[in-house]
Amino acid sequence: MTTPDAPAVSRVAVTDAAAALMRALYQAHGPLMFHQSGGCCDGSSPMCYLEGEFRTGASDVLLARLEVPGVAQPVSFWMGADQFERWRHTHLTVDVVPGRGSGFSLEAPEGVRFLIRSRLLTDAEEAALA
Amino acid sequence: MARFAAPGTPDALMSYQNRYDHWIGGEYRPPAGGKYFENPTPVTGQTFCEIARGTAEDVERALDAAHRAAPAWGRTSPAARAEILNKIADRMEGSLTELAVAESWENGKPIRETLAADIPLAIDHLRYFAGAVRAQEGSLAELDEDTVAYHFHEPLGVVAQIIPWNFPILMAIWKLAPALAAGNAIVLKPAEQTPASVHYLMSLVADLLPPGVLNIVNGFGVEAGKPLASSPRVAKVAFTGETTTGRLIMQYASENIKPVTLELGGKSPNIFFDDVSRERDDFYDKALEGFTMFALNQGEVCTCPSRALIQRGHYDEFLAAALERTGRIVQGHPLDTATMLGAQASNDQLEKILSYLDIGQAEGAKVLLGGERVDLGGELSGGYYVQPTIFEGSNHMRIFQEEIFGPVVSVAPFDDFDDAIRIANDTLYGLGAGVWTRDAAQAYRAGRAIQAGRVWTNCYHLYPAHAAFGGYKGSGIGRENHKMMLDHYQQTKNLLVSYSPKAMGFF
Repeated sequence: MTTPDAPAVSRVAVTDAAAALMRALYQAHGPLMFHQSGGCCDGSSPMCYLEGEFRTGASDVLLARLEVPGVAQPVSFWMGADQFERWRHTHLTVDVVPGRGSGFSLEAPEGVRFLIRSRLLTDAEEAALA
Repeated sequence: MARFAAPGTPDALMSYQNRYDHWIGGEYRPPAGGKYFENPTPVTGQTFCEIARGTAEDVERALDAAHRAAPAWGRTSPAARAEILNKIADRMEGSLTELAVAESWENGKPIRETLAADIPLAIDHLRYFAGAVRAQEGSLAELDEDTVAYHFHEPLGVVAQIIPWNFPILMAIWKLAPALAAGNAIVLKPAEQTPASVHYLMSLVADLLPPGVLNIVNGFGVEAGKPLASSPRVAKVAFTGETTTGRLIMQYASENIKPVTLELGGKSPNIFFDDVSRERDDFYDKALEGFTMFALNQGEVCTCPSRALIQRGHYDEFLAAALERTGRIVQGHPLDTATMLGAQASNDQLEKILSYLDIGQAEGAKVLLGGERVDLGGELSGGYYVQPTIFEGSNHMRIFQEEIFGPVVSVAPFDDFDDAIRIANDTLYGLGAGVWTRDAAQAYRAGRAIQAGRVWTNCYHLYPAHAAFGGYKGSGIGRENHKMMLDHYQQTKNLLVSYSPKAMGFF
């Protein structure tokens, strides 16, 4: 349990640029969610949908409910459970880059693409998230 | 060595139009929303044309046209359909070099590959399915003296096909050829990264197909792909891409009780047993090329051999030779015939690869070669180029578990046969695999033990039309290539016929 003063430990962070894009998408479309993709082509991209557009289930893990300034509802961040087993030692940051991603992610028509940047979780983070 | 002129320049073999609309009902129609998006070449990063930004309204128009065309096309004789496929193939063969230039410019891949692989394979694929459909037969079963079960192949009707960006023309033909041969009408959506080359192909062959049999709607996944994939008016959805979109397409299809075929990628192991290095002969040389195949198409292949597993007995010497071989890769202008490694297909793809180069090193993998973006200078400075990269690490690392889709291979040693198979199968995917050994029995056992849809044995990256391609595990559902693909685009009609005048006797 964390004390009120301690910074919350999360598996997922958001860059300022990604947060700004989420605000714009929220205003244009409504509440948002992410599901982390795997596999080829645009695999490894975090796919951004209207909340509920992608049906999660028992085979998925909720990694975070992202609090984004200017976005009223938290943005849920999901991943397949089997994929999470292979990613769980890493911390993820949602960033955004110029690009033309495929898939049905909401941001693609804006000429930008959400992108995951990763680092290893620290021992303290691992302990807090265990 | 020769350099083909870039499309649109004075000496160019082909030119793109400045703008492409949707191909619907045998004519180009502007997008209902009136919007277009820019299409850059990854060679330089510069926009070379603009593309219609499709929406649900355009998809409905295309579906209208497809539904108008489907009944007559389905009744067209297999011989007549096959003749059209053969004519398309002949036109493509007559403009093979032009198509190769178009494809390299749009995707960034080296012209030596489009000339020798992408376009010739696409042509052969059309001819294969032209032959396969003519040779296809239904069946009859004589159930008793007066009762016969006939089985007929019938087209599904109107199918949706969503094409990836790594082999824009070849992947389109992989899907189009069996669907057309089987008598279906199609609404096809090219990838938004590579939407133009299929239109150049249409400029060569569009007159051969009846209007509405093939319709092309461009645009973004969320705006055009979703209304197509979720439409109750399509009888099937075929998609190549990644797992989250694959699941979403299955969700849409489940709402309409429609079948899907999904090809969602892999993380293919390439296994080199000790006996490969027993001799320094042609086979050894071939195996080293087999290792280097991770760089084919800049690694943007669903079956990229991106995990090289090398047995410990020859690990050091084979890896050293593989490093030397990889070091000889010529990176440069994709339209130069000497170039072996061109540009990644898009900026976001480049960024994703760079993010994996970061996390690979953070996880402790050792960079043995490459590891960075390349600036090739001049006009290529704006393009998307990455060095061929060799990591050494272990299979639990993310660079061993995720398809980077770049010219990046992750190398690890193994002890013996069982260890090789354990590591090879320790992945969420099962699309391709490679096995290299001089021992035929070992090759056979390994090939059967690996959980993947295709195990290249003493070869890699061959894509003949007559061999089934598709995935185990998370790599998807269904197959592409091979005559079995006709079944993927056909219904089974059973006529159960009695020739007896006698009542059955129940009532």
